[in-house]
Amino acid sequence: MNEFILVRVVVKIMVPFILLFALYVQMHGDYGPGGGFQAGVVFATGIIVYTIVFGIRRAVEAVPMSAVMGMVCCGLILYAGTGFATMALGGEYLNYSVLDSADPAHGQHVGIIIIELGVGITVAGVLTAVFLVFAERRARR
Amino acid sequence: MGLLQQLPALQVAVPLIGAPFCALMVRPRLAWMFAVAVAWITFAISIALLEQVLDAGPIHYTMGGWPEILGIAYVIDPLNALIMVLVSGMAAIIMPATRIGIDVEVVHRARHLFHTVALLALAGMLGIAITGDIFNLYVFLEISSLASYALVAMGVDRRATRAAFHYLVQGTIGATFILVGIGLAYMMTGTLNMADMAARLPGVSHTAPIQAALAFILIGTAIKAAIFPVHSWMPNAYTYAPSLVSAFFGATATKIGAYMLLRFVYSVFGADYAFGDMKIGWVLIPLGLTGAVAGSVVAIWQHDLRRMLAYSSVAQVGYIAAAIGFANRDGLIAAIVHVFNHGLMKGALFLVMACVIMRRGKADMESFRGLGRRMPLTMGCFVVAGLSMIGVPATVGFVSKWYLVSSALDAGLWPLALVIVAASLIAIIYIWRVVDVAYFTDPPPGARDEAPAMLVIPAVVLCALCIVLGVWTDLTVGVADTAARLLGGAP
Repeated sequence: MNEFILVRVVVKIMVPFILLFALYVQMHGDYGPGGGFQAGVVFATGIIVYTIVFGIRRAVEAVPMSAVMGMVCCGLILYAGTGFATMALGGEYLNYSVLDSADPAHGQHVGIIIIELGVGITVAGVLTAVFLVFAERRARR
Repeated sequence: MGLLQQLPALQVAVPLIGAPFCALMVRPRLAWMFAVAVAWITFAISIALLEQVLDAGPIHYTMGGWPEILGIAYVIDPLNALIMVLVSGMAAIIMPATRIGIDVEVVHRARHLFHTVALLALAGMLGIAITGDIFNLYVFLEISSLASYALVAMGVDRRATRAAFHYLVQGTIGATFILVGIGLAYMMTGTLNMADMAARLPGVSHTAPIQAALAFILIGTAIKAAIFPVHSWMPNAYTYAPSLVSAFFGATATKIGAYMLLRFVYSVFGADYAFGDMKIGWVLIPLGLTGAVAGSVVAIWQHDLRRMLAYSSVAQVGYIAAAIGFANRDGLIAAIVHVFNHGLMKGALFLVMACVIMRRGKADMESFRGLGRRMPLTMGCFVVAGLSMIGVPATVGFVSKWYLVSSALDAGLWPLALVIVAASLIAIIYIWRVVDVAYFTDPPPGARDEAPAMLVIPAVVLCALCIVLGVWTDLTVGVADTAARLLGGAP
């Protein structure tokens, strides 16, 4: 779609805002609709729109496959690692109350934000990876 | 909480967090070493859990500290402790062999992710076994299934992709059936905790949704366990997957299906309801025994020995289904023991296939010509595991067949005991075919070329276990007996 100047310009302006909106959905998840999964999907959408308009080559320059795989793994490690941290602090797996011994409710708050961040990173990574793998197959042909 | 109290969570969390770390390791050798370490740690945890359960009774662990009814609970009793020892033990024995195994049998572009996916499959299966929450069970079922499809698709044979797709479609249908069943049961009881649901079900058990729930779950688990006639994903999947993957899945994947069936019937719906009111024995016994005979007969004509082993698995799962269907104490023991024992022998037989493929490139009848002299250790393993498959005394196969026959007699169905013995006799034919070719035909020219030690040693270990556990039955029968007592035996 690189030949349509209108699409090119609009997408170029939109992509940063899509990514920013993803972060908003991520952080807003505990007060309103949203959360890690939705944020991850929105974030991946930003990358996918960019790829569709500017082509797989430039997309892979911006987000190389290794970085995407890193996102997939790091998000999961962040999630599961939080569980290991709560176990190290003497609670059950993913019992966030122990993250703040003075104020368990605050600990729950911290914990849910961290694991939702893990979910967001992994979902963004997985969706981007699925898209890039299929797009690269088309490009190779 | 101390480390010992955390073991139930670690049982699943260690392989689960191991998987992404494995993917981040750039060097294949490093990923392999890491995966082996994770598998052995997981195995050690499962043994510790089994000891704890046998000493102090069932263990309850609440995820996130939420009360059992609100959150997800892990409940460990002798039944799932034994299953976890089998699953993690097979992973621990087979994982070291993958270093050389994957160079021959896994497509190049997937090699760097092999160990990651294998650990995910392991985490999923352990999660299914350990959880006391039926929706959590479904989530782990999807984790292990998706990982299984990927592992099957990694085979070098181009037909592996098609087999994996077939497996994916059927596996998803099975998982969906289970999910619908869970949804119906949740609708009527308002809880997802197994113990809580079991307490609430008798009040609504006469309603159509609960009857449908049991039917859906029975069909779904039957597909996952590859019970005849919904086994058709299995022969292709096990034939074209990398042999080490077949060894691991042959030993564990269908067994997890059988475990789910046992868990749903005994711990959720209750044996009285399932066997008394709903009469699922009338479904399980005929299908199980038809599968046992048909699977064994079809195995005789297979040219590719991995396909032969897959059909033999259809037969063995048939025995397990029939044993569950007999619905008496010996039947329950036979089912649990055969899940464990068949895991050992099928694992050993598929490892033999991996050895032969390493040296001969394929595992059809021609490549076995004269292997008795060319690869004596490998073929020795085949003979021992094969005898166990037939059910010769002093092997594990005999122990489970013994309980199976005695359970058929207890149920007053002596003609079926004859069918079981007859099906075992058919096993002699397909094992003998291979022994005949391997020992009584002239070997092709060339020197002795035993498979690499890394592949043969796991096979030898499993064969040794086939004999040791066939003579010393405290582990399998002892634990199965305790499990059967706790599950409430029979109606």
